[in-house]
Amino acid sequence: MLKYLVPIGLFVVLVGFLYAGLGRDKQTLPSPLVGKPAPQFELTRLEDPSKTFSNRELAGKPYLLNIWGTWCSGCRLEHGVLMEIARQGAVPIVGLDWNDDREQALQWLQKLGNPYSVSAFDGDGRVAIDWGAYGAPETFLVGADGKVLKKQTGIMTAEIWEQEFVPLLQKAAKP
Amino acid sequence: MKNIVAATLLALFCLSAFAIDTAPAFADPVQQERYERLARELRCPKCRTESIMDSNVQVAADLRRQLRELMAAGKTDEEILTYMTDRYGDYLLYDPPMRPRTWLLWAAPVLLVLGGGIAAAIVISRKAKLPDTDPSDPGLGAS
Repeated sequence: MLKYLVPIGLFVVLVGFLYAGLGRDKQTLPSPLVGKPAPQFELTRLEDPSKTFSNRELAGKPYLLNIWGTWCSGCRLEHGVLMEIARQGAVPIVGLDWNDDREQALQWLQKLGNPYSVSAFDGDGRVAIDWGAYGAPETFLVGADGKVLKKQTGIMTAEIWEQEFVPLLQKAAKP
Repeated sequence: MKNIVAATLLALFCLSAFAIDTAPAFADPVQQERYERLARELRCPKCRTESIMDSNVQVAADLRRQLRELMAAGKTDEEILTYMTDRYGDYLLYDPPMRPRTWLLWAAPVLLVLGGGIAAAIVISRKAKLPDTDPSDPGLGAS
């Protein structure tokens, strides 16, 4: 009897591993930034290269950082959701225009609407690297204490916003 | 006709480009070698199956630039790899470090060899004790 139990046991373990692998998201890298202080940056503003913006200006308040670019088709898909989040007004959205062309980015915002409280221009992608960005769109929630609370890699949807971000917002408001 | 043959031969024997960068990043061959070695140790976070040395997506190019700058700033290999994993996690390393989360990964080859060895030893010792059931079989080694 034992003779059969061993291979059956091994088979069950193997099936268990395979089954657990089925539902796993292998595309999203977990961000090492979650729970750590948000990387600081100072960049020119998208609409005016002579003005700068630093996320230090937002210290003490929660905010969203959305990394996007006009070359990014997913960004177009999530744009409506960002507009809705901005309309609700629960949290300001900082736009980080990544590896992009200023003129095209401004046209995009003019055409599709501007959900961002402030837009920073990361023309050579240095700040995006500090945030560990690898595929736009990416959205970070930063709390009032300056720590990263959550990262969404890929398109923001109304469901993800409601279910994963909104519950964190209360926590985010506490300094 | 000769041209076609020549062109075909050329196409057959041409080697794929080894580096994405058009020119060597460093004039010093030692630094250049170090640069290529580090760039091959780092996985492209966007394309996964390629190192940042082999990939030409924008983020890989940006990471190569970052790597060159860190090297030029005199950072050690360890400082550079820490810089990368602080931002992207251990996933970026083709040679992941030993950690509580990864011990099974590192121990798996040893465990498999040990497990197989133990199973083989048990089977062999059991079979060795069995009486010869077929008297007509001369057994191994008989000619």
